[in-house]
Amino acid sequence: MADGAVSTASTAGLTAHILVPDRLDAHLVAAPGEVMAVIGPNGAGKTTLLRALAGLVPMAGSLTVAGRSWTDPPVLVRDRNVGLVFQDQSLFPHLSALDNVAFGLRARGVPRAGAEATARSWLARFGIAELAARRPRELSGGQAQRVAIARALAPDPALLLLDEPFGGLDVGVATTLRVELARHLASYAGIALLVTHDALDALTLADRVLVLDEGRVAQTGSPQEVAARPRTDHVARLVGLNVIREDDVFRSFSPSAVTVSLGQPEGSARHRWRGTVVSAAPHGDAVRILVAADRELIADVTPAATAELGLVPGREVWLSVKETAVRTYARAPG
Amino acid sequence: MTTRADARRARASTLGRPPLVLVVPGGIAAALLVLPLVSLVLDTPWGGFLDQLRTQAVRDALRITALASAVTVVACLLLGTPLAWLLARVDFRGRALLRAAVAVPLVLPPVVAGVALVSALGRNGLLGSVLRDTTGVTLPYTTTAVVIAHTFVSMPFYVLSVEGALRASGERYDVVAATLGADRWTTFRRVTLPLAMPGVLAGSVLAWARSLGEFGATITFAGNYPGTTQTMPSLIYQTLQADPEVARTLSMILLVASVAILAALRNRWLTAP
Repeated sequence: MADGAVSTASTAGLTAHILVPDRLDAHLVAAPGEVMAVIGPNGAGKTTLLRALAGLVPMAGSLTVAGRSWTDPPVLVRDRNVGLVFQDQSLFPHLSALDNVAFGLRARGVPRAGAEATARSWLARFGIAELAARRPRELSGGQAQRVAIARALAPDPALLLLDEPFGGLDVGVATTLRVELARHLASYAGIALLVTHDALDALTLADRVLVLDEGRVAQTGSPQEVAARPRTDHVARLVGLNVIREDDVFRSFSPSAVTVSLGQPEGSARHRWRGTVVSAAPHGDAVRILVAADRELIADVTPAATAELGLVPGREVWLSVKETAVRTYARAPG
Repeated sequence: MTTRADARRARASTLGRPPLVLVVPGGIAAALLVLPLVSLVLDTPWGGFLDQLRTQAVRDALRITALASAVTVVACLLLGTPLAWLLARVDFRGRALLRAAVAVPLVLPPVVAGVALVSALGRNGLLGSVLRDTTGVTLPYTTTAVVIAHTFVSMPFYVLSVEGALRASGERYDVVAATLGADRWTTFRRVTLPLAMPGVLAGSVLAWARSLGEFGATITFAGNYPGTTQTMPSLIYQTLQADPEVARTLSMILLVASVAILAALRNRWLTAP
């Protein structure tokens, strides 16, 4: 990252050291307009990070957004200008879609007529103007999530926090919504943080990816960098790469570069492992098998080879990969 | 409905007849509950029903009962709702103790409640003597005392009902409202209270019902003076000796009111699972 981006962020963007004892110790910097995807395994602290930024979890450390400290003195949740989108939407069940979206504006003192006009325009931007009078229980999952995102964006927050906004939605609905969200995020001037389990979200929506692992930042970088050179097993699995940590370097290779055989492989392959097939599942035109060796590895084989080698769970196999297919990169970030 | 009845019949035919050892005591219990009410309806002198309502004493008692129960409900709404909110949402020292204390009047014999009120607000009571010395006002044997007694015995029903509703709807939406910039009062008005409305309605009806039938605490603390402190139950108790027919008529009025309350709450508690 260029130095210029950091200095911009420190004045107009977000600079934070989030410290939640036993759960999270993370530094992060984001520039205005930036969309940062937060990924990591369950329990890595993703949701804790969002909740700490929103002020819902007590934290030590420091947090400055748009030149104003939210930690010294501590700023209440209601006075932090955040928009939070929950995975389960959490729309107010007793209010119409319109009143839900207008809620943040009304709470901040905008008169009813003005708040409703703004809320209407937000519903229109999400293509759900005709649903304004509906109660949340009369909305589909995708419609409710559109209302929830519109509700978070309507008061024009400095910080938009999205906690797995596509979780629990049908794949088709999630795909449509992802495209819509990308459009809204492009015109959003504040900082957006998106917690996700989906590599696709990170690759399509984010300018930058923050990888959390056991409460610490394991990696930050552009989605392309992180996808090409993952530093955690979790991200490697998300983007479908095998990653091996060796002393001070990472070695990654694609599952399609792995050769599977029943006998010990001959020849010059330097990387070879003996292990047991854990699972086999269709993956595109191939079959992706997961093998438990001294570490878990994935390999893509043809359906014909799967049948020929009898690759069912429990089968003992050898895996090997040619040195030329392995990408090696330094372990330390930078 | 048909399917449920069918299911019941099918279950009876597979499991056999209900045993007499359960049917007989169950029947006795049912008779004990139903027979007095049926007798009351049969014994009510319907012919003079309206005439008996026209006497001054009855009109006064009806007025005082209606007034006391209405004021009680208003007092519950204005004072009990904040108390329920504090118990459900604010973590303060002694909260568990306060919640237990709030529930005590539920199980307290009403006469004891009356004695307690006398010792607090009576002429020589803890607060009552201060009130008398500073303002010259004494509460016992006034309509105000009736209202205080009714509120004392009815408030627990309201507070516990609303607190339950507040706990059931949870703090989740309070958190959402805070992230949208709402302060706690705005959140209470626009989110917490509307979501607890079923509990508020149920609590109001319960408090009203309790107030309507209140007798022991009232007669102990406020006395039984026609026109100022005589409520319907007090009047019924008094007339039963002299004129049982009038007592039955008045009882019928309260029975009708009680059944109306039950009908209003039917969907809430009386629907079989």
